[in-house]
Amino acid sequence: METLATLKTGIDTMWVLISAFLVFFMQAGFGMVEAGFIRAKNTCNILTKNFLDFCMASLGFFMFGYAIMFGPGNGLFGLKGFFLMGAESPVSIPLFAFWLFQAAFCGAAATIVAGGMAERMKFQAYLIYSFVISALIYPIVGHWIWGGGWLSQIGFADFAGSTVVHLTGGIAALVGTIMLGARIGKFNQDGSPNVIAGHSIPLASLGVFILWFGWFGFNPGSTLAVGDGSLIGRIAINTNLAAAMGGIVAMALVWKLFGKPDLSMAMNGALAGLVAVTAPCAFIEPWAAITIGAVAGLLVVTAVVVLDKLHIDDPVGAFPVHGVNGIWGTLSIGIFGQKALGLAGDGFLYGGGFAQLGTQLLGVAAAGLFVALSMGFVFKMIDLFIGLRVSRDEELKGLDIGEHGMESYAGFQVFSTQ
Amino acid sequence: MKLIIAMIQPHKLTDVKKALFDAQVYKMTVTNALGCGQQKGYTETYRGVISDINLLKKIRLEIAVNDDYVEPTIKAIIKGAKTGSIGDGKIMVMDMVDCIRIRTGERGSKAIG
Repeated sequence: METLATLKTGIDTMWVLISAFLVFFMQAGFGMVEAGFIRAKNTCNILTKNFLDFCMASLGFFMFGYAIMFGPGNGLFGLKGFFLMGAESPVSIPLFAFWLFQAAFCGAAATIVAGGMAERMKFQAYLIYSFVISALIYPIVGHWIWGGGWLSQIGFADFAGSTVVHLTGGIAALVGTIMLGARIGKFNQDGSPNVIAGHSIPLASLGVFILWFGWFGFNPGSTLAVGDGSLIGRIAINTNLAAAMGGIVAMALVWKLFGKPDLSMAMNGALAGLVAVTAPCAFIEPWAAITIGAVAGLLVVTAVVVLDKLHIDDPVGAFPVHGVNGIWGTLSIGIFGQKALGLAGDGFLYGGGFAQLGTQLLGVAAAGLFVALSMGFVFKMIDLFIGLRVSRDEELKGLDIGEHGMESYAGFQVFSTQ
Repeated sequence: MKLIIAMIQPHKLTDVKKALFDAQVYKMTVTNALGCGQQKGYTETYRGVISDINLLKKIRLEIAVNDDYVEPTIKAIIKGAKTGSIGDGKIMVMDMVDCIRIRTGERGSKAIG
C-alpha cells in the first residue's frame, strides 16, 4: 500500500511540474503578444521587461511571496516560511514542486502589466514594480483566496486564478497606464484616437498560440493532482471551448462594428475567453464554458473601444483582457457553477439563488480595490523617487535605443513616423 | 515653379503633413532617408561593445509648387517640424525646369495643379 501511495504522489508531482513548465512557457507567450502589438522601436525594451520580471518574480516569490501567500498567519497574510525556511506544502505534493507551480503563476501576474504600460515606462521603474508585486501584492491577494485567508473562509471560489492572477495583473496595468498617461500621438487635440499599429502580427499570433497552449497547464494543472483524470479532462475541454468561442465572438463583433475581421481583436477575444474560464473551469459544464467565452469576446471588444473613449492608452489591451474578464470569469461561477462539481453552493442557474454570486462579487470588489490602492501607492512612490515615464525625446526615438542602447532589428532599417 | 526638398525628423511627419494640409498643400512625396548634420548621432552598445551611429533616420519630403505657394509651403514645413533643437532639419528650394503629368501630358504649372 505504501508503494501505491508513493506512486500516486509521484504521478501528481509530475503532473504539477509539467503544468508548471507549461505556465512558465506562457511567459514567452506574453512576450511575443506584447512585442507584436507595439512598435519595432520598443521591442527590445518590452522583451527585456518580460524576461526580467520572471527573474524578479522568482526571487521575490522565494524570499517573501510564498510565506505571505501560503504561510500560516491570519486572514489577511501569511507570516511563516520566508526564504522557504520552515515552509510547508499545503497539498500532498512536495513543497518545491508546489512552489515552482505557484512561482510561475506569480510571474504571469507580474508580466501582464508590461503590456498595458508599454512603450513609455522606464525600465528601472519596471524592475522595482515587478519585485514589489510578486513579493507583496500578488501574495496578499493569493493568501485571501488560496492561502486560507478571509475570502476562502466565506466560500469565495476562484479555481485557477481569474481574480488571483488576472484581475491582479489587469487592475495593476489599468492603474499604471492611467498614471503614465497616453503615448505621444495616441490622441489628437480634439480627443479622437489615432492608430498606433503593432509591428508584427505574426509574432503576436505566435504569442497567443503559446498562451493558449500554456493555459492547458494553467487551468488543468491547478487540480494539483491527477485523480482519475476526469476533472483534468473537464477543465481542459472547458478551457479550450471558452477560448475558441471568445475568438469567434470577438471577431464577429469587430467585423460587424468596423467592417473587417481584425485578427488582433480575434486573438484578444480568445485570450479573454481563457481568462474568463480560468475561475470557473472546474465547476461548469462545457456549454457553460462556451457561453462564458462568448460573453468574454463581447466584453473585450467593448472594453477596448470604451478605453479609447476614456483616453486610457492600453497598447495591448491588458485591462480589457485580464481585468474585465478576470471580473467576469470570477462572477460567472455564481451563475454557472455547480455544487455537484465541487463548489460550495449552486450557482444562480442551478437554483442556488444569489448567495454564491454575492460572495463572488464581494471577493472581486475587495481584491480589485486592494490592488488598485496598493499599486497606485507603489507607482506613486516609484514616480516620486525614480520617475515612471521616459523623457519625450526618448519616447520618440524609441526605448530600445534610449534604455538599452540596442535595436531589436539590427541590420534592418525600421522607420517610425510616429 | 520650384521644387522644395525638406529633411525632417521622422516623428514630425504627422505634424508637418497637418500643417501642409492646413496651407492647402496636398501633394508630396515622402521617402525614408539616412543623414547627418550637426547632430553627433548616438551610441549603441551590443554585448559590451560600444559603436557610434552617425547616420540618423530622417524623412525626405519633395514638393513641387507654383511660385505663389513657395512661402506658404516653407512656413507650413517650419511650423510642423520646428522644435528648436538640433536635428530639426533643413529646407532646400530649387528652380524646376519643367513638370509633366503623365496621364494627360499637361506641362508646367498646370501639371503641378
